[in-house]
Amino acid sequence: MLRISNISKTFNPGTVNAKLAIDNLSLEVKDGDFITVIGANGAGKSTLFNAIAGDFITDSGRIVLDDTDITLMPEHLRAIKIGRLFQDPLRGTAAGMTIEENLTLAAGRGGWLSRISHAQREEFKDMLKELGMGLEDRMKQPMGLLSGGQRQAVTLLMATINPPSLLLLDEHTAALDPAAADKVLKITREVVEREKLACLMITHNMQSALQLGNRTIMMNKGRIILDVSGEERANMTVADLLQRFKEISGEALDNDRMLLGVE
Amino acid sequence: MNFSDMVPLLQTALELGLFSALTVLALYLSYSMLNVCDLSTDGCFTMGATVGAVVAISGHPFLSIPAAILAGMLSGLIVAFLQTKMGVESLLAGIIVNTAWYSVNIAIMGNSSLLNMNKTDTVFSILKEKLEGTFLAGSYKLIIAALAVLIVLIFLSFFLKTRLGLAIRATGNNPDMVKSSSINPAFTTIVGLCIANAFTALSGCLLAQSQKSVNIDIGSGMVTIALASLLIGGVIIPRGGITRKAIGAVIGAFIFRLVYTVALRFNMPAYMLKLVSSVIVIIAISTPYLKRQLPLLKRRMALRKVGTNGEER
Repeated sequence: MLRISNISKTFNPGTVNAKLAIDNLSLEVKDGDFITVIGANGAGKSTLFNAIAGDFITDSGRIVLDDTDITLMPEHLRAIKIGRLFQDPLRGTAAGMTIEENLTLAAGRGGWLSRISHAQREEFKDMLKELGMGLEDRMKQPMGLLSGGQRQAVTLLMATINPPSLLLLDEHTAALDPAAADKVLKITREVVEREKLACLMITHNMQSALQLGNRTIMMNKGRIILDVSGEERANMTVADLLQRFKEISGEALDNDRMLLGVE
Repeated sequence: MNFSDMVPLLQTALELGLFSALTVLALYLSYSMLNVCDLSTDGCFTMGATVGAVVAISGHPFLSIPAAILAGMLSGLIVAFLQTKMGVESLLAGIIVNTAWYSVNIAIMGNSSLLNMNKTDTVFSILKEKLEGTFLAGSYKLIIAALAVLIVLIFLSFFLKTRLGLAIRATGNNPDMVKSSSINPAFTTIVGLCIANAFTALSGCLLAQSQKSVNIDIGSGMVTIALASLLIGGVIIPRGGITRKAIGAVIGAFIFRLVYTVALRFNMPAYMLKLVSSVIVIIAISTPYLKRQLPLLKRRMALRKVGTNGEER
């Protein structure tokens, strides 16, 4: 469903700060894949997501999503098929607008001059009820009054209200407190399963990287250095993962933010 | 000053307040909603006045109003185009267009910096004739101004709740979120600025026709005056829905003019208007900032008393 072939991206080319952020990377995501993405800071995980979502156009290579070549497509058009969540819960919603207004924009139904209909409001209410956060009674409140976890849950709802083909989760629970993170992660799994979405998820938690989803890729210096799935992955421990990293990259995985697996 | 002096004073303030309220509502859309400080406002205001005057003088009093509105939309389109498609910084785009419109406005007036409409039929002169002899005879300016403001208010309170209106508000709030909703923020910026500048031009057109003359300086300082009015409105109605806040903007415009008119009565020279409006804008914008700095300042003072090693001096 997503085929990335040989993409590269250099930031600040031709200057002393030139950085090869994505290095001739290829990746094929199959329908229903739930891939966890791990790697040290600066490995190019978020840059890969930005390339897929269209924050920038890659220097070379092709990106094909659902048989459509999106290599040169602008970001807002890719967003029809790609849902995206960031670490910062503030990024996905408009703080000054109400919950229902945010949802209306994400839903994008009706003409430009249409207003929120009663039926739509009821639909939103049901969706919010499913989150189990009591937000269905606060639909007319500005988004800015919600907690980080609540905002992230609504953002997830907005990203999947028109089911996309691909969901990109960039450490979307990392900024939340443990309870809220668990809740958002649970909702994420439900949505992904219900809509049978293909999903890429960046995480710094090695343990959950191996537990969640059906495939794990590890990145280093703009390349994918490890891609495991199936039985191999099922038998893998965090220690194995670290060992493999050392073998392939020739250096120990040393990172303050990398959690070694205690949940 | 006795009561009979007050009535015409109030009426003048109300008229002028309502004329400028249209520009204030334009800034409400561009500055408060879209988060763009549109510095082409002065030039666009003048353009509305000149286009309206030229069309009225050529014998089309009713056509002059849509003509001015169209000119304003074009002006907004150009500013928005520079910002979204040509990589010109938004403040700079406004300043550049504002400068360019000085030449264009003189050209519109036929190589002149002043046009007289003393013998021209305008919507004002027509209504004045119609009302002659009735008890409303003296309020023809007020009626037209109030009608225009009412129409714009109703339009805004409807429009800002449509999907396009929501998208425009979100663009000023969080452009990333607009993109992820599959909407191009360049598009919403263009639409928003076109509409806002249509109001600004309408404002200029009506003011010029009510004064029966237009000169090239009619719009100068308008952006600051309108911003001052908008911020006063924000102080008076700080909370509430978009319609309430829009009404607050209109009230702000009226209060600004009222204070100014009263000040004129107390012999403040007329040329002080722009200084006063600048000071109001500075106070309104910097107060929240200074409030935030206050705790820091207090701690500094406290530490100074204690000294660096924690001993009382």
